[in-house]
Amino acid sequence: MLMKKINAVEFNILSPAQMRKMSSLEIKTPDTYDKDGYPMEGGLMDPHLGVINPGLRCKTCGQKMKYCPGHFGSLELVRPVIHSEFSRRLEVLMHSTCQACGRITIPEEKLQKAHADIEKNPSDLDGMAKKIFTKAKKEETCPHCKAKKGKLLLDKPTNYFLDKERIYPTQIREWVEKIPDDDLALFGYNVERIRPEWFIITVMPVPPITIRPSITLESGIKSEDDLTHKLVDIIRINMRLKDNIDAGAPQLIIEDLWDLLQYHVTTYFDNNTAGVPPAKHRSGRALRTIVQRLKGKKGRFRHNLTGKRVNFAARSTVTPDPFIEISEIGIPKSMAKDLTVPEIITEWNKKEIKALVKEEGKAVYMIRPDETRKRIDDSNKEEILEELDVGYKIERKIHDGDIVLFNRQPSLHRLSMLAHKVRIMDGKTLKINPIVCKPYNADFDGDEMNIHIPQTEEGKTEAKELMFVRNQVISPRYGAPVIILDEDGVSGLYVLTLNSTEFTREDAMRYFYEVGVKDIPKPDRGKKYSGKLIFSQMLPKDLDLEYQTTTCRILKKSGMCKSCVKEKCQYDAYLKIEKGQLKCGVIDAASLGEAQGKIVDALARNYPSEVVEKFYFYVMRIICDLLTKKGMTVGLDEYEISDKAISKKKKIIEDVTEEAKKLLDRYRRGTLKHIPGRTLSESFEINMMRLVAKAKDQLQAEILKEKLSTVLGDDPEYNTMVMILSGSRGSAINLMNIAGFWGQASVREGRPKRGFHSRLIPLNKKDDVGLEAGGFITTNFMTGMDGREFFYHSMGGRQGEVDTGVSTKVSGYLYRRLANSLKDLMVNHDGTVRTANKNVVQFKYGEDGIFPMNTIRGQSVDIEEEFRLFNKKR
Amino acid sequence: MGVFLVFSINDHFLVPKHYLLPKEQAEKILAELVITAGQLPVISKTDPAIKEFKPLRGDIVKIVRNSQTAGKTIYYRVVG
Repeated sequence: MLMKKINAVEFNILSPAQMRKMSSLEIKTPDTYDKDGYPMEGGLMDPHLGVINPGLRCKTCGQKMKYCPGHFGSLELVRPVIHSEFSRRLEVLMHSTCQACGRITIPEEKLQKAHADIEKNPSDLDGMAKKIFTKAKKEETCPHCKAKKGKLLLDKPTNYFLDKERIYPTQIREWVEKIPDDDLALFGYNVERIRPEWFIITVMPVPPITIRPSITLESGIKSEDDLTHKLVDIIRINMRLKDNIDAGAPQLIIEDLWDLLQYHVTTYFDNNTAGVPPAKHRSGRALRTIVQRLKGKKGRFRHNLTGKRVNFAARSTVTPDPFIEISEIGIPKSMAKDLTVPEIITEWNKKEIKALVKEEGKAVYMIRPDETRKRIDDSNKEEILEELDVGYKIERKIHDGDIVLFNRQPSLHRLSMLAHKVRIMDGKTLKINPIVCKPYNADFDGDEMNIHIPQTEEGKTEAKELMFVRNQVISPRYGAPVIILDEDGVSGLYVLTLNSTEFTREDAMRYFYEVGVKDIPKPDRGKKYSGKLIFSQMLPKDLDLEYQTTTCRILKKSGMCKSCVKEKCQYDAYLKIEKGQLKCGVIDAASLGEAQGKIVDALARNYPSEVVEKFYFYVMRIICDLLTKKGMTVGLDEYEISDKAISKKKKIIEDVTEEAKKLLDRYRRGTLKHIPGRTLSESFEINMMRLVAKAKDQLQAEILKEKLSTVLGDDPEYNTMVMILSGSRGSAINLMNIAGFWGQASVREGRPKRGFHSRLIPLNKKDDVGLEAGGFITTNFMTGMDGREFFYHSMGGRQGEVDTGVSTKVSGYLYRRLANSLKDLMVNHDGTVRTANKNVVQFKYGEDGIFPMNTIRGQSVDIEEEFRLFNKKR
Repeated sequence: MGVFLVFSINDHFLVPKHYLLPKEQAEKILAELVITAGQLPVISKTDPAIKEFKPLRGDIVKIVRNSQTAGKTIYYRVVG
């Protein structure tokens, strides 16, 4: 194929001569069809303009519908009208030229200088045009012919007034015709291609029927396209204008009709022109004219050109199925019977394919080497089996094990589309393992997702090698797991690996069976099996890991754990895995969570990808069973705190109030110490915030300590604390807000300020900036707030609500713009990042040439791990 | 008359080091990168960081700057 490179694209304006030349027919009548339903000769539906019924031949090119591209007609306007889209340009030209001689109203020598400047520096043309416009506009008399310039006014979009007197398109046309080519060049006009008089329409192109097809309704009534309606309006007024002129009607009537013609032409181009009422359909619906067809989300560009639709795709609601593998996708039978994939017949698969064709309803089409297809059904099955040979293709329905692409919008990163293995299942929804929700950001509250079936061997292979779910566990963005267990998944394994969790022989055997254990281990707790032992069965036998768990981090933060005693941790918060045996520690977010999960990270990185997949598969089976049996639930009684804690809370609040009073006193007297770089009032505010935050932390640690025993004791409850300690959902702060006190309401990172005059709510004294008047809330969600506190809380609550609304909207648009500008960037083989035309953006990808997917949490070397290995060797 | 700076902004620690490459070296770099000067990113002739070199159009500027990921990184721009 001959390949040519497009060097430049130039947009110009059609001249009247060109329009007449490309016209295959001059439109004369406003009628479309006669009473027998045949298109009128010289009307808008004349067959010279193209054919839209199959079988008929085009009267212009003689071809059938499939090959006739459609042909333009033309319409001669009796009186010229202004093209509203160019109205501004006309205004500029008329402002800066003389009506009498057509020259730019700037002295000759200055014009010469401008010409010379442009010659030297052609890129300055834009600025030059502006300069000339401002300069020439100021001039009141023409320096060339000394004629006086009138005051021009544009009544948008199309009415011009010169010295308060209306000037008509005919006059304007005469005016701009006079402007010499050299003068136009200064405004950036390429005079060979564009003349300003073409901004005034004398002849209009009538688009081919293919662009505005009429629809025949079931009732036999023909319905015309919006564009046709508009064209009919234009022709009708045009004819009336002509009749009136011929009959010598008074000037007033002619001008009225002329304005009407102008209106129809304006709305024909853009039915949303500012200052012009949109033209309505009989039903009151605004007409969709040319600009509306192209513009916006539903316009030709974004809807039809950038948004193409595809075959071999399906869409449905997604529902969870924890018992399928993460790389699988459950496809309903009803979809599977319609989705097909071609299979090439080779020497090696000939037998299998023939067997497939023999089976009822498995293969749908036979495709011969010359691409002709034949449908396979019971009647012709025998001859097709006879004919099939190497080089033939068949199109068969998808079956278990096929590779398909799965996608959820908005596709914000590459993990929004992954390859799955088909598993045909009952039901009507697409089923996915809830573990793969994360990369898609899917949930099951009604989300719909799409599947696409790759149709070529290349496509299938590419999908499998590059996009297969189990190969994508590590995020290409930050080099840590993204396909992870969360929420109940993490809680489940936490419960499983708690020291207090034990199983009878019978229960343990069932779990061993699920995990596929062959050598059944000996019980490690007398006659019982510990949860840790069962978990260990899912790990590879050569896995060694050692780290602090999420529980550890939470305890450390609340000051309950001072120094690490490693394996001897009383909270079981230090995790150690030796040779695939979980020696101590609980499994929580530090082992499984997003961007941290050490176990998942190790499995995905150091073992074949089947290992993580199997791990997840087993984990899902065990925790589903475990959590259903053990039960994990929350109840209001969990948020009751002991009398001791209540008195402590009282004390803390009293202390804060006292401290705040002192602080306020110092602030009032001016003895408060400044925080560097802050004003006195800013320092006061910051100190107040810190004060409350400190008090909140104190009580938080107290409550956490009190609640800890419910989980870590011998007879544990599976409740809120499980979620907090395992890091699966919620945090100590949430608990504090329910059981402790809410603390300071905050708006925009500070105490709420705006409200009534010098106070937040009318319950406070004016100018009171103390603790209670500044939004301090001493109650919690359990006890409930009083009226005043409720209002404080609502102030902070509103900000959160507005922020989520605004940020999703803003970030969506920001993303669109970024993606559009970056989509063609590519890392080349030499490591440079370049644009589509090979211009360099970065000389080395990311400046260090490192692909984050192959890093350990963003670092190219995991120093800690290397140290550990080094020490172990010693 | 504009206001003149008493110091060169290139002495400031936040300003990456800019060097004007001699012809031979510039050609060598282009050959190394298998690139034409037109494909390089552009720097303005009047960019404050290179103004004092009195660069000509088409000269190549080498910029050494600190990088979060790589420590130090080298960048080239063509004066346009």
